[in-house]
Amino acid sequence: MLGRPDHLAEEEEKNKCASVKRVKMKLKELESCLQQVDGFEEPKILLEQYPTSPHIAGCMLYTIHNTFDDIQNKLVADLGCGCGVLSIGAAVLDAGLCVGFDIDDGALDIFKGNVEEFELSNIDVVQCDVCSIGSSYGKKFDTVIMNPPFGTKHNQGTDMQFLQTAISMASTAVYSLHKTSTRDHIQKKANDWKVKMEVIAELRYDLPASYKFHKKKSVDIQVDFIRFTPT
Amino acid sequence: MKLLTHNMLTSHVKGVVKGYPLVIKATEVKVNELEFNAQFVSRMIPKLEWSALIQAAEWLGQSQDLPSTLIPNYEKDEDFLRKVHRILLEVEVIEGCLQCPESGREFPISKGVPNMLLDEGE
Repeated sequence: MLGRPDHLAEEEEKNKCASVKRVKMKLKELESCLQQVDGFEEPKILLEQYPTSPHIAGCMLYTIHNTFDDIQNKLVADLGCGCGVLSIGAAVLDAGLCVGFDIDDGALDIFKGNVEEFELSNIDVVQCDVCSIGSSYGKKFDTVIMNPPFGTKHNQGTDMQFLQTAISMASTAVYSLHKTSTRDHIQKKANDWKVKMEVIAELRYDLPASYKFHKKKSVDIQVDFIRFTPT
Repeated sequence: MKLLTHNMLTSHVKGVVKGYPLVIKATEVKVNELEFNAQFVSRMIPKLEWSALIQAAEWLGQSQDLPSTLIPNYEKDEDFLRKVHRILLEVEVIEGCLQCPESGREFPISKGVPNMLLDEGE
């Protein structure tokens, strides 16, 4: 096949990421930029390490940035950041600082690799168990973004623990993904916690069959992209 | 680990009442340049524990001449904001550890990532 070697194309894509940063970034550009972010090598079932696809991450970040202006010049936290696709995206969109939080060594090594590759310095990482953070951060962050574990048979309720922590950390808004089938439950919790909940979009989340117990090649699940704000 | 991040970190060791600020014992510190953003820095200052920041800067030998108490009208003082920008966002601890001031528990920092995980029962 004619054409340039892959690494040159990759290099060009990265340069593009750097140069479009200053002007308003288009969704397609953000998405192709996020395609350069490395993902999990061996996802862990117990931690429910589903990757956030560049497409979904791009859609989330684009909306948070363009519709709500909650990224640029903001202090952003990414809970359960994994390999960092949301954090990298937030940093590319000029967050003042984005801090990723995750429990897993392996994911954080890839995260650090990604940060170096993208040559971003408005990004930081903390290794910790998001479920044990509690409310110690007060409302110091402006924005929290996350794609929490949805909570399966292995880790029921993790999504709600993530959400409660996120709400305690954010002074402006929390952006999160949750299974559409749990919407009523989440609405009830949001009422209990006195936060406003707004479903921004319904997405089809294409889970690649990353784990052995998924028999099909991929599984589509309906996911809500939700914005939570203090009332 | 940047000092803005350090300024928010607390130790959660069981029984500890005030696990803050975490003592920094650094063996490698780096200064990573980042574009100055006066607006962001001014907005972060009121959220900070100022004395913890000054303390952290001293531990790293990076305090320059930052005042021990916050100056009034700082948002109009670009020199001051630039210094705060540097200490908050450019100075990074790469290797070392954080120590809980109450329990003495140490949390390692490796490749710039503080590991705040506790063992079961801790």
